[in-house]
Amino acid sequence: MIVVIDYNIGNVRSVCNAFRHIGCDIRLSRDPDTVGRALGLVLPGVAAFGYAIEALGSAAELVKQAAAAGKPVLGICVGYQMLFEESSEYGPHQGLGLVKGKVVALPAAQVVPHMGWNRVDLPGDMDLFSDLGESRHFYFAHSYYAQPGDERAKIAYTDYGFALPAAIQKDNIYGVQFHPEKSGRQGLKVLQNFYDLCRSRA
Amino acid sequence: MSFKLQTGTFKLFVMLTKRIIPCLDVKDNRVVKGINFLNLRDAGDPVELGARYSDTGADELVFLDITATIRSRKTIVDMVERVAKNVFIPFTVGGGVQSVEQIDELLRSGAEKVSVNTAAVQNPNLIAEAAQRFGNQCVVLAIDARRSKTRPGHWQVCVKAGSEPTDLDVVEWAARGEELGAGEILLTSMDADGTLAGYDNELNRAVSDAVNIPVIASGGAGNLDHLYDAITLGGADAVLMASITHFGDFTITQMKEHLRDRGLPMNL
Repeated sequence: MIVVIDYNIGNVRSVCNAFRHIGCDIRLSRDPDTVGRALGLVLPGVAAFGYAIEALGSAAELVKQAAAAGKPVLGICVGYQMLFEESSEYGPHQGLGLVKGKVVALPAAQVVPHMGWNRVDLPGDMDLFSDLGESRHFYFAHSYYAQPGDERAKIAYTDYGFALPAAIQKDNIYGVQFHPEKSGRQGLKVLQNFYDLCRSRA
Repeated sequence: MSFKLQTGTFKLFVMLTKRIIPCLDVKDNRVVKGINFLNLRDAGDPVELGARYSDTGADELVFLDITATIRSRKTIVDMVERVAKNVFIPFTVGGGVQSVEQIDELLRSGAEKVSVNTAAVQNPNLIAEAAQRFGNQCVVLAIDARRSKTRPGHWQVCVKAGSEPTDLDVVEWAARGEELGAGEILLTSMDADGTLAGYDNELNRAVSDAVNIPVIASGGAGNLDHLYDAITLGGADAVLMASITHFGDFTITQMKEHLRDRGLPMNL
């Protein structure tokens, strides 16, 4: 079973729908026992960073505990941004600090939000991108982005006038800035890869 | 970044692909398609058709409730929930949307974006309220445009599924929509709709030059070159089509390969 952390925020349902579609046993929950039994956790999110981290509340500890115990954790969009140490969206906010780095506004020289399909170069050694080839398009919708500062993190980039980090992997921590649940077949494959790695580590 | 083409410049939203968007007009839980908004023909089940497009490479979908009566509202929310379980690309829902509450309900049911049309003409503040509450990216201003018979080179905004012309000028209304907070313009030429004779690229160009938000060209797609022309001549960021894809004339992949081979960035 995979648990999507329930913290009453947008797009939770879409993420659950996508996991169900690939035949994954998925549960929407923030109950400590259920989270404890999960093979892996998913942290979704579409909202401002500060709002999301506040809504996450006490469930933040559950995510940190699971991460420390070696359970795979997948952050999506703002859920991915929350994996980092801090964000400057509408004032400074602390993140979960599972990956070193900070979240900042996209440069004003670009069209903001970064919204639409963009091509991501896929490093061969990132688990989420198994069997997806060298590059694929994914659906993005965001105005802030993470600048990873973790020498142990593997990073996949997309081109948005500069090399924009689109996904990270550090030990058992995974994150994608794009929306795999809205990225068609290739997006479903990313979720399938996460589900597979959760099962193989169990 | 911009490129000089035969008839002017078009903005390139850096590296983002041009989008192919099948449009599903829904009436009594069936997809239908007509000519110039009339003579409807059945094109199948909305959820099934949507799932097929999601699986075969469409970039987005638009569902328009063309009954849009009070009774059909509940039906459309149910449909959106079922669509969300089977469609894994972004989708927009529109048709008869009157209020911020209705927009909220549709977004919660799984739509990424909601389009407003007649209600926004009657109450432009609806765009601003929705943009502030849900973000600009969730609000699509749909405009049904008809060539003015009295003012050449101008288009009239029509409301109530195109049945009622207004005094609004399409280009001015699109610019006002952007100011109010719309994130995108869905621009339908009523003259071209369903004719398969090509998009109205004079219209598309006039509007895309007047706004900085993406313009989705709609109405008239009949062959693959029409799609290319809407993007290059018309300046559209996305092309919407119904007849040529619902009835099997072209697959999504054929459209994308054609546009890619002619040099446009596509999600393939």
